[in-house]
Amino acid sequence: MELFKFFGRSGGGSKDIAKDRLQLLLIHDRANVSPQFLEMMRGDLIDVISDYIEIDESGLDIKLTRTKRERDGATVPALVANIPIRKMKEKIR
Amino acid sequence: MGEVIVITSGKGGVGKTTTTANIGTGLALEGKSVVLLDADIGLRNLDVVMGLENRIVYDLVDVVEKTCRLKQGLIKDKRFPNLFLMPAAQTKDKSAVTPEQMMELTKNLAEEFDYVLVDSPAGIEQGFKNAIAGASRSIVVTTPEVSAVRDADRIIGLLEANDLKNPQLLINRIKLEMVKRGDMMNIDDIVDILAIDLLGVVPDDEQIVISTNRGEPAIVDGRSLAGQAYKNIVKRILGDNLPFMSLDTDEGLIAKIARVFGFVKK
Repeated sequence: MELFKFFGRSGGGSKDIAKDRLQLLLIHDRANVSPQFLEMMRGDLIDVISDYIEIDESGLDIKLTRTKRERDGATVPALVANIPIRKMKEKIR
Repeated sequence: MGEVIVITSGKGGVGKTTTTANIGTGLALEGKSVVLLDADIGLRNLDVVMGLENRIVYDLVDVVEKTCRLKQGLIKDKRFPNLFLMPAAQTKDKSAVTPEQMMELTKNLAEEFDYVLVDSPAGIEQGFKNAIAGASRSIVVTTPEVSAVRDADRIIGLLEANDLKNPQLLINRIKLEMVKRGDMMNIDDIVDILAIDLLGVVPDDEQIVISTNRGEPAIVDGRSLAGQAYKNIVKRILGDNLPFMSLDTDEGLIAKIARVFGFVKK
């Protein structure tokens, strides 16, 4: 996809602002949830995961997006969490 | 049995009608029989973009209400072998027809034509519900702006909730110069965000204004950038696995010229 590459090669103009604003907007549009709801979920996820893994909380990224379902290629909503791991917690294992 | 494709967007003014006119004309030029159905009751415009506004006798509502026969509601575009328009009513509103009636209408048309293209009104209310009622395939038109992409996202959700799986994306009015500067979202950005398949990209092109002034779709005289882009889109609709080429080539040309004049390093 040469075209994509070409269009991807851009500086740091106002489009990054547009993209960031849009992504934030869509989280709420798609899920119909409040920022507080996401914040609560985020907190709970951190709590659970931290029992097993030491994670980098500042690098945690949780978002509502869409993905293709493998079975039939239909687009479905998805909760995507990117959780950087510092190290596994040996004691519990 | 033909295919019923709805062209929709959520936001107004992003180019649904222009897209419907160009894709429909393109399909007819490729030898398919096509009917363009204007579902924007009360604010019809497809007739004007096609240059057929002086030939309207009956409209979609007349056909649905059986004031006239199906064939009488069709205007034949004499410039092309197999292209017809069914105009919307101008003096009624969206509640003049129901989704069930639209389903029946599109089904009847699909028996006669290879392609039934439904030009949806803006919004997500009754008119939208009517427009998607009989469709089995959908094209979502957007422009590279926050508001248009946001509305496209909403529409994609609604299409999927109404069993129109796999809507395809058409990004309209992209400005290469602004994308290069980083002042306009690029194709990757938009496809990333909306997460649906890309059908095509149409560059912002003055020729569209000129062709609308004349009432002749830009795809007819395929020399313009937009006309070429629509040609490729038509081929993809027909199943050609065309790479996203036309813009690429043009970009290559622009880049080449830019290099010759020393605007681009390398």
